[in-house]
Amino acid sequence: MSDAMVLDGARAEGLATVREVPAPGLIALKGDLGAPALADAVRAVTGCAVPGLRRIEAAGAARAGWMAPDELLLVAPREAVPGALSTLEARLAAAHHLAADVSDMRAVFRLEGQGAREVLAKLAPVDLAPGAFEPGELRRTRLAQVPAAFWMEQGGFTLVCFRSVARYAFDLLAGAAAPGGEVGHFA
Amino acid sequence: MLLLTCPHCGIDADETELSPGGEAHLTRHGPGATDEDVEAYLFLRDNPRGVHLERWRHANGCGKWFVAARCTVTLEVFGTYPAQTARPPQHVLDAIEAKRPGATRKLPVMEGAR
Ligand SMILES: [Zn+2]
Repeated sequence: MSDAMVLDGARAEGLATVREVPAPGLIALKGDLGAPALADAVRAVTGCAVPGLRRIEAAGAARAGWMAPDELLLVAPREAVPGALSTLEARLAAAHHLAADVSDMRAVFRLEGQGAREVLAKLAPVDLAPGAFEPGELRRTRLAQVPAAFWMEQGGFTLVCFRSVARYAFDLLAGAAAPGGEVGHFA
Repeated sequence: MLLLTCPHCGIDADETELSPGGEAHLTRHGPGATDEDVEAYLFLRDNPRGVHLERWRHANGCGKWFVAARCTVTLEVFGTYPAQTARPPQHVLDAIEAKRPGATRKLPVMEGAR
């Protein structure tokens, strides 16, 4: 199975626009984030530096996000994943590590529009005030009852969750964005 | 609502991002241990009124285990530290002593019990 979308690009309009987007190529990389070999490998496959604590680096369409003290999420075009895995394997052959293609394990959403911060703040225990959460940070948290991760780019949020809970996550976001649900906390 | 700072990712995580893991610094007694040791490891817990060291996992976050030192009466948090340690770091012991003089001597992990 390699369908990049779970909900056929579901879309909802309201305080913010919620839409499912095709999941890009996603690689979970575990290893010693301080090791020069890992930095070389990450740069080779994404063009990005190893992100600092809770940060996400970008280079073109590629991303490298900090997930845990020993884990990164690498984002690249789907067609680049097999090559990226080979490169990681080659460059990290001597290092204890794990690189796994998790593209088909994830659903990806975009949240855009003026109410985007507020919609997300209804669902996640995260300070989403302007200034407190800004582009460059990746946050792993929960969305109501399911784990999720998100970051800001191109004037909105990109949100990643497990594929198995895609419908739940979309319905949550659509519900939180429903017209009439304005709180105005960040206005 | 309990707020604990995850020492791995620096997030001031609210309780809903965390999973509790019970009393910290238990010695894991396995094959070859005495019945008493296995019983203590599996079932006997301190459940103190006051300073307590407990395991938490940043489950909806970086996924890592850490230990929180807090007061079960006031919910005051003295500090948090990564779980990869056999005893609390000195700065946490100091923070506890500053608020609850003498309390660290009563912690099971400091008595070397279990
Ligand atoms: Zn954490």
